[in-house]
Parts: sequence; structure tokens; C-alpha cells
Amino acid sequence: MEVSHPRVSKPKRHGSGEQWRAALFLSPSWLLLLLFFFVPTILTFYFAFTNMALTGATAAKTEFIGFENFKYMFQDANFRTSVWNTLIFLIFSAVIGQQVMGFIIAVMMNGRKQWFRSVIGSIVIAGWVAPEVVCAFVWFAFLNDTGTVNTVIESLGMKPIAWLYTFPMVSVIIANIWHGTAFSMMVFQAALGDVPKEVEESAMIDGASAWQRMIRITLPMIMGSVTTNMVLVTLQTLGSFTLIYALTGGGPGMATETLPIYMYHQAFVNYQLGYGTAISLMLLVIGIVASLLYMRMLKVKL
Amino acid sequence: MAKGKRKWIAGLLVSLTVLTAACSNNSAGTSASGGDSSNKVVKVAYGKWNETDNWGKWLTSVKTEFEKAHPGVTVELQPIQGAQYATKIPLLMSDPSTAPEVLAEDSFMINADSEAGYLEPLKVDSWSDWSNFNEAIKAAAKGKDDKTYGIPFSTDVRGLYYNKELFKKAGLPVPWQPKNWQDILTASQTIHEKLPDIIPFWMNSGKAGQEATTMQTFEMLLYGTENPLYENGKWITQSPGILSSLNFINNIYSNGFGPPLSQVLTAQAGQVLETDLMPNQKVAIALNGNWLTGTWASSGSKPWPEALDVYDFVKMPTENGQAPGFTSMSGGWTLAVGAKSVEKELGWEFIQLAVNEKHNKEFAMLDGALTPRLDVAKDKEYSEQPGTLYAKAADFITYTHVRPSTADYPVVSTAIQEMVEKVVTKGASPQDAMTQYAQSVQRSVGADKTETK
Repeated sequence: MEVSHPRVSKPKRHGSGEQWRAALFLSPSWLLLLLFFFVPTILTFYFAFTNMALTGATAAKTEFIGFENFKYMFQDANFRTSVWNTLIFLIFSAVIGQQVMGFIIAVMMNGRKQWFRSVIGSIVIAGWVAPEVVCAFVWFAFLNDTGTVNTVIESLGMKPIAWLYTFPMVSVIIANIWHGTAFSMMVFQAALGDVPKEVEESAMIDGASAWQRMIRITLPMIMGSVTTNMVLVTLQTLGSFTLIYALTGGGPGMATETLPIYMYHQAFVNYQLGYGTAISLMLLVIGIVASLLYMRMLKVKL
Repeated sequence: MAKGKRKWIAGLLVSLTVLTAACSNNSAGTSASGGDSSNKVVKVAYGKWNETDNWGKWLTSVKTEFEKAHPGVTVELQPIQGAQYATKIPLLMSDPSTAPEVLAEDSFMINADSEAGYLEPLKVDSWSDWSNFNEAIKAAAKGKDDKTYGIPFSTDVRGLYYNKELFKKAGLPVPWQPKNWQDILTASQTIHEKLPDIIPFWMNSGKAGQEATTMQTFEMLLYGTENPLYENGKWITQSPGILSSLNFINNIYSNGFGPPLSQVLTAQAGQVLETDLMPNQKVAIALNGNWLTGTWASSGSKPWPEALDVYDFVKMPTENGQAPGFTSMSGGWTLAVGAKSVEKELGWEFIQLAVNEKHNKEFAMLDGALTPRLDVAKDKEYSEQPGTLYAKAADFITYTHVRPSTADYPVVSTAIQEMVEKVVTKGASPQDAMTQYAQSVQRSVGADKTETK
């Protein structure tokens, strides 16, 4: 039996054996990643340049068509509408709605009594823990023709409103704010908790108003969290499918057709898989551009 | 050294085992159905359109008989919720591990799916029963290569249901047979003014209605104009006929003759009409198909014995009453064999049993469908079944059209649904909706296969 050497001399020199060992350990997960992540991702890139379809002659014989899908995309009025819808949905439900609501709730709760925090916290978090499709159901029950809102309206002697058809975008935006605000709230709660009390207190002694303290001191100190939150919320909302699909199906007409829904409709209802994947690539590009833009705007380095 | 090394080898082995287990699990699933002869599975995929599930009832009865005749064979019925049928079926068929042996295939999909290599040509030449089927309906089940890919089990006609009692109340003539589109609009106008709580005119109008919006609404209008949908190998994507069809739709909705959008644009619209709005007499005129009587039959989801005392079923007129005066559309469903499935021979045998005289009659009477079989059509029990429209349907069939049987049809059909919904929701004017439709069709089928009139 060998006697193990004291571990004094080892740490400095990373022997190649140890690296190999690490690589070997990681190899199964790499293999899985390769199989289930990289290959499909690369295939997606490839499919976006083909006329792949789910039925018809092209389903049996898929061809490489270069940039045709992308060329068409920019002439496609429906594509433009869904980009516009995506931006409206993103800005109002995530960037403004969830962030501002989350921030306000976090500030409101900051420094309050424990019972107050738990009551408000659990109400907000209820929206977050509910799966998207449950969320959609809740809002459907609330807004549909014979839903809660209309029952109340009718009992007051007024005419019911078909919310999901008269105000479809507003409806899905409100539903998404309700669903996602908890995440921003938790991020901001943690950030606010890290702001040292002394700084704010000394500013208070110097005569700074609550508003000035918020703008000049608290906000700059949590800027990192704001950016991170903005990126995360944006990416999550960009990909949001279930909530809108279950509530309005992208309709009426094109009113709530965001990019993920348009992609689904093209790929699986219109059977144009190639075009669908091309749209998903655009979605990816928009996500990357948005994230970079935030970091630029808010001057945060990764 | 051994201890540390042994640990990581063990770790590696564990992860590899997990990995191989994950992979082999998958392959086990696919090979199970291809195993020894005593353990064969025939998967039958069909649409479950509502809770009554008439198709399921019919196929269950076929399954029982088939399993008795083929010991060791299991028939596995795979109901697919109606609204998802068009999406799920090509996905199932495209993969050998899920391809069903037998599937219900809408005749309009036959060309697209046979060209995609999803359907197996059927050996109808050596099948004696084939001579009992209506020739015109047989033609709709053929692919571009002239081979037969589906055996029809139903067909249908479309027209206008109008409510005699509401018409009388509004002072409109009964019986009523509109001679042109203006007659329909005029009657709707009268209903709208005299009976404000009633929906004057109902037609499927949204993307969620899928093929019903294309066929029951748009094509019922377009085929009553001077311009066809498809001619000499080209899709007519812009024409006065398309425009007047869209204008008719626009007239209905912008004058408040149509149902609320929140009702008509959902996937449940058809069901709401059949089981709620019509039985409760909330609709004066509805553009729909003969099968509604199946819903109102004693075996249907909304038994309503007086249905045909209240609603009459009349022919849809052409735009200006031009010859031949009326129009209708016919389609139908077939049973097909999945080309990538395992037990194709057994699948074909299952189909032969499911569409034989006995089972087809059973199905037609259960579902209120028109039979494609000549012998069943002559059967008194079927043709004289009370509460059905079989006698009328014969008259409608003289004016009927079938959809273009090309591989592009399904894609054009979704473009049509989009166009109609845009007009209905005021997302675009009829003219703009048509322009966008033309663009979308050109893109899908190639500009050389489209034409403007």
C-alpha cells in the first residue's frame, strides 16, 4: 500500500493527469449537451436556410434555399406586425410593467413589519408560482364574456365588455405583469436590502428628500441589479408563448400575435418549418441585441 | 492510488449507464410494436370532435370485431382533440416510431400528405367492395400519381339553415329561398331591426375555425362568383370574386349582422353554434353543413327532435343568382394507412372492415354524415331516418364543388383563414386583406403558380 503524500506540493502544479480526469468526469454531460443542445441548435441554424415543410412535396425533399426565408420575412406584413406586437408586449409588460411594479412593491415592503411583508409577498408570488397556463386560465375566467369582471359590470347595470376581443393587447399585458412582477420584486428586495442604512441616514441628515435619496443614492447603488433584472425579464418575456396562446391564440386577427406565436403558426399550422425556424433565429437576434443595448445604456460590464 | 481512481471510474460508469439507459429506453419503445406476430399493435388515430365522440364509438365497434378476427392483435385507438388534429397528424405521421397504421384523413390533405411520403397507396384494384363507392367521391381520394390513398367514409354538403319561427316573427316570408347574396343581406337587415337580441347571420370566421372557415364560409361564397379558386394549375390570388366574397363578409360584420367576435373567433365556435345558439333559437340564418343534424340526433351531443321543424336547410345562392343559381361544397373524410407505420397490411384490413356496408351505415346514422357508399345510400333505414337531411342533400349535390386537390391546398387554406379573420376583425380592408393573401400564397406555392384576374 502506498502511503499518501502530504498534499503540500500538489496544489501549485496542475498535473495534466488531473485535467484529464476532470475532462473524463465531465464527458458524459458534454456528450448529453452535444446531443441534446448543440446539435439541435446547429440544426436550427441550418433549417432556417431550407424550405423544410411538415407536409407536401417539400416535406419529402427538403432543399437549401439560402437567404430566401429572410428575404421574404422583410416583405411579410404579418412578420412586421408580430415584431411590433412583440415590442409593445415586451416594453409595457416587462420593461415598464413588471420592473416598475416590482420596484414599487419592493420599496413599499422595505423596512416594514414582517407580517405586512409576508402577506403582500405571498399575494405577489402567487402569480409567479402559478404555471403560465394556469395563469392564462385565471385571467380567462376573469376577463371572458361571462367572467368575473363582466358579472360585476352587469350587476351594476352596465353592458358587459368582451375584454379579450376589445382590448386584447392590454389584457395579455396585464396578465403578464401579474404573472411576472414577483420576480422583479424579489430581485429588488435583495438589492435594497444590501444598500447600507448609514448612507441613506446621513443623506437624510443632510436634508435630502425621500425622492432625492431614491434617485441620487438608492437607484445608483442598485443599478447592477436593475440591469440584470432587465435582461432576465426581457429574455423571458420575449419567449413568452403559453400565456398569450392560451388567452387569445394570437388573435383576434393579428392583435396579439407576437413572434413566438407567429413562429408556431408558421411552423405547425401553416406547416412551414423552415420559415418558422428562420423566425426563431430572428427572435434570438432580437434577444441578444436587447441585452447588449441595456448593458450599453446602463454602463454595466459583465 | 487505487482508491481515488476506482471512485472516478465508478462515477463515470454510473453516468454512462444512465446515458445508455436513457437511449435504450427509446429504442425499446419503437421495437415493441414490430416484435413477434402474436403481439401486433394497430394504432388508429382519429379526431375526437366533442364529448359525444361519434367517431370513437364507431371505431370501438370496429376494433372489437377486428380483434376477434385477429387473435393476438391489439387495436389501439388514439383520439386527438379536434382543434389540434391538423397540427398533430402530420407530426405523428412523419416519424416511424409514432406513425399510425390507420388514420382519419381529411380528403383535402391527401395530396399534400401523399407527396410528403406519409401515406401508403392502397390496393383498391384487388378489393371487390370498392365498386360500391360513389365515383366522384373516389376521385377526391386520389393522389397526383393517380393512386388511391384513402377510403372515403363520409361526405357532406353545405347550405343555409334559417329559423322559420324567427323569420315569421320578423315578418319575413316562410318558406324562404334566397336567390342571391343581396337577399341574404336584406333578410339579415330585417332581423337586425326587428329582433335586436337575435344574431341575424352566422358563419365560421376565424383562424381557430380552421378548414371550416375556408370551406363553409369563404369557398361557399367564392364558388358562387365568376372566379374560381384554382384554374389550369394556378391559384387565382386576386380577383373580383375574392373581393366580393370579402365584401360580403365585411358587410355582415360591419353592419352588426354577425355574432360577437369573442364568440365566433374561438375554436369552440362551431360547437357553441350547434349545441347552444341554434337550439336556443338565437340565430336566424347560419351558413353550415348537413351534419348538424347529427348533433341534434338522439345519439348526438344535443338531442333536439324538433330541430328540423324549427330550422329549414336551403341552398346557398350564387352572388347575383347567375347560373346554375346555387352552389355548395363537398368534402369528406377517408381512412388512410400511414406509410411509415409498421403493420401496414393489418391497417389496410382494418380499413376494409371499418368501411364495409354494415359499419359505414352504423357510422353515417350515428354521425349524421352522408355516406359515400351506393348500397348504404339506397338503404331505407338510412335514407328515411327521421331528423336528417339525406333527401335534401341529393338536391344539393347537383350544385356541389370539391376543393382543388393539390398538395398546396392546406397552405392556401390557412392563408384564406387569415385573410377572412383580418376582414372580420377590421385588421385590414377587403382589398388589403386580398393583397396580403396574394403575397402569402405566392410565397408558399411560388409566384409562377399564381395568377391575378
